[in-house]
Amino acid sequence: MWEYTDKVRDHFLNPRNIGEIEDPDGVAEVGSIACGDALKLTFKLDEDKRIKDARFKTFGCASAIASASALTEILKGKTVEEAMAITNQDIADYLGGLPPEKMHCSVLGQEALEKAIENYRGVSHKKPDEEIVCVCFGVTDGEIERAIRQNHLTTIEEITNYTKAGGGCTNCHEKIQAIIDRIYGTKRPWEQPAARPKLSNIQKIRMIEETIEREIRPSLKHDGGDIDLVDVVGNRVLVATRGACATCQASQVTLKGFVEQKLKELVSPELVVEEVEP
Amino acid sequence: MKTIYLDNNATTMVAAEVLDAMLPYFHDYYGNPSSMHSFGGQVAKELAQARQKVAALLGADPEEIIFTSCGTESDNTAILSALAVNPGKNHIITTRVEHPAIKVLCEHLAAKGYRVTELPVDSEGRLDIDEYEKSLTTDTAIVSIMWANNETGVIFPVEYAASLARERGILFHTDAVQAAGKIPVNTKESRIDMLSISGHKLHAPKGIGVLYVRKGTRFAPFLIGGHQEKGRRGGTENVPSIIGFGKACEIAWQNIETENTHVRSLRDRLESALLKAIPQSRINGHRQDRLPNTTNMSYEFVEGESILLLMDQYGICASSGSACTSGSLQPSHVLRAMGVPYTMAHGSVRFSLSVYNTAEEIDFVIDTLPPIIERLRHMSPYWSTGQDVCINSTGELNEKSQ
Repeated sequence: MWEYTDKVRDHFLNPRNIGEIEDPDGVAEVGSIACGDALKLTFKLDEDKRIKDARFKTFGCASAIASASALTEILKGKTVEEAMAITNQDIADYLGGLPPEKMHCSVLGQEALEKAIENYRGVSHKKPDEEIVCVCFGVTDGEIERAIRQNHLTTIEEITNYTKAGGGCTNCHEKIQAIIDRIYGTKRPWEQPAARPKLSNIQKIRMIEETIEREIRPSLKHDGGDIDLVDVVGNRVLVATRGACATCQASQVTLKGFVEQKLKELVSPELVVEEVEP
Repeated sequence: MKTIYLDNNATTMVAAEVLDAMLPYFHDYYGNPSSMHSFGGQVAKELAQARQKVAALLGADPEEIIFTSCGTESDNTAILSALAVNPGKNHIITTRVEHPAIKVLCEHLAAKGYRVTELPVDSEGRLDIDEYEKSLTTDTAIVSIMWANNETGVIFPVEYAASLARERGILFHTDAVQAAGKIPVNTKESRIDMLSISGHKLHAPKGIGVLYVRKGTRFAPFLIGGHQEKGRRGGTENVPSIIGFGKACEIAWQNIETENTHVRSLRDRLESALLKAIPQSRINGHRQDRLPNTTNMSYEFVEGESILLLMDQYGICASSGSACTSGSLQPSHVLRAMGVPYTMAHGSVRFSLSVYNTAEEIDFVIDTLPPIIERLRHMSPYWSTGQDVCINSTGELNEKSQ
């Protein structure tokens, strides 16, 4: 079950401004039934060019209905210029926040608002030079970029939560990553793992010996077993089993699951452990 | 507010008799059945009786029953065991509509290099048995086909499918988690080698499962440890839950007739009344080849999460295959595999009944749901222009629709 705020629940159970204005000044329809949510927004201006009435119709989940209801409440009394400045975050804030996976409901509201204002101003909806990146949900590179910039998104998962892009077949993940990289530049120091110094062979063998001695052997001895390091060939660590390990059916599990994991973690992630006859 | 629980394919209430049977084994008889002293030993006797009762429900011998921690563990054990005892074979056959306990495991194995065939289903959720037969090869290590689908209740002909696998010397596993206790399951009369069931789907507690392994089937344990379950599943037995599971199987055995008369009639009453009262609604899954307790219905132009949350206001518990309820953005893999149009899949609701439901509860839902659908359709941008966007390629709309 989703953790919805009381405000979301209230706007879902008692939605404000359902319906369609006849002869509206601005109208827009976004989303689609196939994608799981859709929103039709209409608004009417008064003599002072302020939004007198705004109404919605929504197909979607509780947070989609609540976001649309919130949007119409926010809009009332605003000039078109003021309305232009409303972001998806404003909608989410008005509702006391939305679960991360549901942020796309607020984005849908903002998209509807943008299109309705374009419709009022008589501007064409078509954004030239935008390419569909996510085929499953029909999301363009421009929409992804706007969501990244407005909401400071840094991961594919976040972008899926906000725009749905990448939430279907996942084939577009590389393209989405490329957009993230382009916007932030490929250098994102907070994501780079701390570089490991390159090891010489001597250093590597010494570290393997130390790790076996300090981290591995005590555990094995506890169970009456032991291993000997026979050789290191490139990244292959050749070991022989002793004591209880030598006769144990599960020694392969120990070698791969315990010894190799420890060496990968503490020495180098490329290492593989192989058992050889002593 | 009274809870009207129609989500029994998700989990069930622990039956009062089951709870009563379990309670002494927490505080009074807490001994370890493996112990030498009679305080523990007396528990081992009760455990053996519980094993007998579970075996009886499945038409099995007690030594063919391995207790596990859940249905998922049973499923994982079966597949991984089959691969371990067939080291030369690289092929797995399953279906597109399996529970994640099989489906995600097989995807994981495919990523590791196994070849996985996911058999398709038709628009009513049924398997193409010819397609299945053609997919059996000398390289096939295991077939895993569920007995009944958890979302639609559609029943697969696993006994026949198992005999085809047996003729070719291929191991056959079935996830019978939804079938057991609802329809007769008899391993003795079938060629099924391994079968999974789960306690909490039949009024036993959560955290207990069973893997049936036919005598003579080569087997490799999943949990390696103590000698419990004859070395086939390490770990001290979950005594209270096993006792409870035994009791629950005994009750399920007695109730199987009720399931197929009383529960079926309640389900049919719910289904036909809702189809009649709600225009543009339909049933997902074959009408006949179906569990008696399950109905999966779709209501066009409204979204499942909204339906569930509005029903929740009246204490009605059900599930949906809509994207929004799954936490992913795609509707249920089962409905997609059946080719249910997205417009219908998003508005799907599953009601799953139990012997504890009453006619009054069903009538309450029949009165409550239609206004909820109407309310949501009233705010749906597609409803007034409904007929235009209804792209229903495979579904049969009910005849009484507007």
